[in-house]
Amino acid sequence: MKPTIIRRTRADKLFDTLNVILMAIVLVITLYPLYFVLIASVSDAYEVAKGNVFLWPKGFTAESYLNVFKENRVWLGYRNTLFYTLTGIFFSLILTIPSAYALSKKTLPGRRLINVFFLIPMYFNGGLIPTYLVMKKIGMVNQWYSLILIAASSVYNMIVTRAYFQSNVPEELYESARIDGANELKTFFRIALPLVKPILAVMTLFFAVARWNDYFNALIYTTKNEYLPLQMVLRSILLNSQTAMQKVDTSAMDADAIKNAARLAYMAEAMKYALIVVSSAPLLIAYPFVQKYFVTGMMVGAVKG
Amino acid sequence: MKHTTAVSGLQVRHKSLGRRILDHWQIYLLLLPAVIYFIIFYYWPMAGLQIAFRDYRVSKGIWGSTWVGLKYFQKFFQHPQCWKIIRNTMVISLYTLATFPLSIIMALLINELRGKKFQKTVQMVTYAPHFISTVVICSMITLFMNQSTGLFNNIIEMAGGKRVDFLGTARYFPHIFVWSGVWQDLGWGTIIYLATLSSVSPELHEAAYMDGANRLQIIWHVNFPCILPTVVIMLIMSCGRILSVGFEKIYLLQNSLNLDVSQVISTYTYELGLLGGQYSYSTAIGLFNTVVNVVMLLIVNTICKRLSDVSLW
Repeated sequence: MKPTIIRRTRADKLFDTLNVILMAIVLVITLYPLYFVLIASVSDAYEVAKGNVFLWPKGFTAESYLNVFKENRVWLGYRNTLFYTLTGIFFSLILTIPSAYALSKKTLPGRRLINVFFLIPMYFNGGLIPTYLVMKKIGMVNQWYSLILIAASSVYNMIVTRAYFQSNVPEELYESARIDGANELKTFFRIALPLVKPILAVMTLFFAVARWNDYFNALIYTTKNEYLPLQMVLRSILLNSQTAMQKVDTSAMDADAIKNAARLAYMAEAMKYALIVVSSAPLLIAYPFVQKYFVTGMMVGAVKG
Repeated sequence: MKHTTAVSGLQVRHKSLGRRILDHWQIYLLLLPAVIYFIIFYYWPMAGLQIAFRDYRVSKGIWGSTWVGLKYFQKFFQHPQCWKIIRNTMVISLYTLATFPLSIIMALLINELRGKKFQKTVQMVTYAPHFISTVVICSMITLFMNQSTGLFNNIIEMAGGKRVDFLGTARYFPHIFVWSGVWQDLGWGTIIYLATLSSVSPELHEAAYMDGANRLQIIWHVNFPCILPTVVIMLIMSCGRILSVGFEKIYLLQNSLNLDVSQVISTYTYELGLLGGQYSYSTAIGLFNTVVNVVMLLIVNTICKRLSDVSLW
């Protein structure tokens, strides 16, 4: 992007060097906590608790992961979240993509009004209790479909997608489709959709992230153990227990029993790191594949609602 | 409805509105799922807001409970905790807003990186934390800040300092909340600016070079003005959330030791309403929250429109 014909002055070089150093620092700050979680998850529980793990794993072991997989709650939560995410993406796309396409049609009578209709809830909404009461009334609480149907749409995503349609499907294409006798539905599925695959990928990822990481809606709308998503399970394991050691009554134990109890407590701590890895890995592995579309997707979309 | 294209405009305008609506029935069909969804999931609850002015009883329902006017709003403003909760919310919110420029600076600097591979790497890495769930972020914070075993305390001790009970000390709470947020979303926040920057024409840069501008001057006088409209839009939208601070994260980091600064409007309404069953009272507080947000949005939007001609609508 920078003109290469122009020679860099010394000040330019200094700027570039400082910039690279600064960015390198940002990289380290961003990565180190994640890296630490990773090495702590494969280190010996005792070494982690004693603060001997900093740069590489100590006492390499897969014990923490084995402990994670022994937890039935984790399996159930994982299965539920997988189900909510896959079905939820599908439902969210049905709500978002066709309506974004429709709103991208400049000739649509009432277009402005419909736009306002979709925009208002972005800023003004019923709030926690009225929404809860309505959801309860229509049977959305504690059902297997609760977390698929609730919070399925995103106005922001709709706006981004609408702008993408507008700038990536030329009007002439619609014109020629009409001349060829294609009806509107056919035009949407056969002509417009194939041209916006990048934004479909981005939206799929965004909806996947929202579903996979959702905690709030699960907290409000599900209490049955069998429907709990992964994030709720994580919460109860990761944030519930104080250092497990504090709960152990050591006064009535002999030295061996204390040692054993401490060992268990350390293992419970170390397991948390493995659990973080297991629960975050899918998204962290997925997003780089879609990353190249982020900027192009946003470019046309986000500037104006 | 004069948004018809120049080509088809003439013939379209001759048709009646009803005829044109009929012509587009398939498009309306595409809109239908979203419209139905919005009515049920967003507009219906809005009608439920009236229980803020009623004494809601489950047996009488939303439409049948007795009107009590502003009773619950008065109750809130007379509550001894009221101003503390509003203040807590404002502190966290304004503190978060103060870090708003960081993403802009970050985007401008990423844009200046010459090595394209390095640039892509910086982007990829700094996006990563955005994909981590709030529950995991909060447990990382809890693990790292644990007084006896946490990473941060281990580092502090190695450097010769004393171990700190971060989450048990109230005054650290806003810092922990805001800076963990910066860590998580600094990179993600750059996307929208980088998108705008990628459309800045190279000729502008060349012209500036010819005029003898240095890099910082080019950033300040060419690149920054180009992203300014985007900045303004993002700022307006942030102001429209002024009283809505992330419920999940605050709720998950809350404990009895930091409650004094971590009790905010959203956690309070959750506690009172969903856990305490005080539906009308909780709704009133929630409505107050929303109204303040909307008013702020309107004010800031108007100011920006006057000053810079940039606005949300």
